[in-house]
Amino acid sequence: MKGLHVMTESTTTTAPARISEGSGSTPLLEVRNLVKHFPVRSTGVVRRVVGQVQAVDDISFTVQRGSSLGLVGESGCGKSTTGRLVTRLLDPTSGEVRFEGNDIASLRPKQMLPFRREIQIIFQDPYSSLNPRHTVGSIIGTPLQVHNIVPKNKVLSRVQELLEVVGLNPEHYNRYPGEFSGGQRQRIGIARALAVRPKLIVADEPVSALDVSIQAQVMNLLESLQKEFGISFLFIAHDLAVVRHFCPEVAVMYLGKIVEVADRESLYTQPHHPYTQALLSAVPDVRQAQVGGRRERIRLFGDVPSPIDPPSGCRFRTRCWKAQDICATQEPPLQALANGHRVACHFAAPPTIEDARASQAAAAEAVTLESEGAVADA
Amino acid sequence: MRWGRARTGEAREGLDPHSSELETEQPVRSIEGRGPWLLAWERLRRDRVAIGSFVVIVLIFLAAIFAPVFTLLTGHGVDTQYRTTGLTPDGLPMPPSAEFWLGTDDLGRDILVRIAYGARISLLVGVVATLITVAIGILVGLAAGYFGGIVDTVLARLVDVVLSFPFLLFAIALVSITGPSLAVAIIAISAFSWAAVARIVRGQVLSIREREFVEAARSLGASDWRIMFVDVLPNVMAPVIVYTTLLIPTVIVIEATLSFLGLGVPPPTPTWGGMLNDAISYYQVAWWFIVFPGAALVITTLAFNLLGDGVRDAFDPGSDRR
Repeated sequence: MKGLHVMTESTTTTAPARISEGSGSTPLLEVRNLVKHFPVRSTGVVRRVVGQVQAVDDISFTVQRGSSLGLVGESGCGKSTTGRLVTRLLDPTSGEVRFEGNDIASLRPKQMLPFRREIQIIFQDPYSSLNPRHTVGSIIGTPLQVHNIVPKNKVLSRVQELLEVVGLNPEHYNRYPGEFSGGQRQRIGIARALAVRPKLIVADEPVSALDVSIQAQVMNLLESLQKEFGISFLFIAHDLAVVRHFCPEVAVMYLGKIVEVADRESLYTQPHHPYTQALLSAVPDVRQAQVGGRRERIRLFGDVPSPIDPPSGCRFRTRCWKAQDICATQEPPLQALANGHRVACHFAAPPTIEDARASQAAAAEAVTLESEGAVADA
Repeated sequence: MRWGRARTGEAREGLDPHSSELETEQPVRSIEGRGPWLLAWERLRRDRVAIGSFVVIVLIFLAAIFAPVFTLLTGHGVDTQYRTTGLTPDGLPMPPSAEFWLGTDDLGRDILVRIAYGARISLLVGVVATLITVAIGILVGLAAGYFGGIVDTVLARLVDVVLSFPFLLFAIALVSITGPSLAVAIIAISAFSWAAVARIVRGQVLSIREREFVEAARSLGASDWRIMFVDVLPNVMAPVIVYTTLLIPTVIVIEATLSFLGLGVPPPTPTWGGMLNDAISYYQVAWWFIVFPGAALVITTLAFNLLGDGVRDAFDPGSDRR
């Protein structure tokens, strides 16, 4: 990897002043009580605010230097919004986003500029994330010019180094994104993020739009980049297998809240939140299939409630087989168990076979009720 | 562990510049990118009607630029009145002849020479007014679409107001204050045509703005200015270029209309619209007086329209190909 060494040298010599290093104990990224509500407006001339989509509601987490945090949850749970809040593509409603101790949650665009070099984002869709009218060289060269990272006459050679780093032919700098495959385009997006030599990359489902065979290659690329450059990742995904492979620590989100955070070993073997259990239960298990055994799966019933009008108390209670009266009245706080495992549930416990049966019974009941309702309607 | 398995076999493959994804394209030196513009041009090049129209337009431009050549060829000045050779004893225009190839007008002037000089005004107004129109339209549309909110509301209402204004009444009122001139014609046309361009651009920007590459540019620290003009603008240029080629003939017709009504460039400067106005009273005795200036106008307009159609097809293949 000769490109890597060249890259390191050129940045250390020509880069203008970067943000001062925080002390060793400060985490790279610390998010505290982050909230993002999108106003819902009525249609018409006056457009009053009639509600708030509570996309992200009071979440806190940290990403340590050189480590990675996985953010998992189903579509619409607020994980992508979180990623855009951290990169300040969206403005938080309230809360803190501390990068190396500096709160960037309410910085103006000019003040934000130095942090743009430290925090980068890789997008899910490799098609809409690359400007179809720009050549690859211009796409990857833009950050170099915006931040004056290398002199103008060095931009091209630097772009070619970056292309080599992400495993693309450096001769292709003159081509347009339309001439590349999905996997190659995602590599271009990665090269663009790498151009500023960030400390933190928010990867917003970077492989979920790719073919499975290409997913592995891109994941390997990300992993090697993390090792080579010590980049931390906030890795957003809905695929638990991907996250398990990549992230030492995993947070599970449901309807704008973090419901469980733990290191991967603890989370995958001892999930305490019913929602985490349901998610893990949905992952196909090759070993089990090989011996021909049938697992008792946890079934969820119903749909995710609307984030405009979330359920009172615990947001998961409407779909939870363990729900009691207390779940509707009191919101469970994120409580610490042993070894940093934290969970927000009044009845947190590792899963048992009874959980699966109870959930299936509850799901069956819900289906019956629904069909009866349909009959009654008719 | 799906990834674990993949890793043992293809550990470094993801980083190898000659990995399987690229194997089909072994080292070829200096690879040229085929961008959207180039592809559009290649489609346009195969469109015979569009190329034919383009040739006609080039010829008209050449005629306008080298209008004095017609003076040399015929030996007739543009404003010279040939009262003895160019008018019948009754004082009527002369039909086409070896002396006056396209006949003469009511003052005994050579119609061919005047059409050539008239092309200058038509094309000048057509191109300049269109460029001003498109520039204003792009700026307003970009600002409205990109910034949104109150900026958008104000600009969108302004567009509505301009589009609902009666253009001819305004032009007549303006000319009655300032007197007819080339500049007034261009200003009057531009002041009313930009709103349609702004609307097209705004609509495009609204959809482009939501694409992730705009977010990517913001996360890289690009300024609003840079995003608007470097990232968004090239993506809205295709419909703008199409509209521009279709706007030029419209503007030429508007200019002719103004000149016809006596609101354009004042006499004796020849304009196609002015010539048509002069010809109206002679259409029963001098068909050439009205047909040739009219034909010049129709051919020019038609050529631009056909070229515009071709450009649209080139940028949007499969739109309405037979």
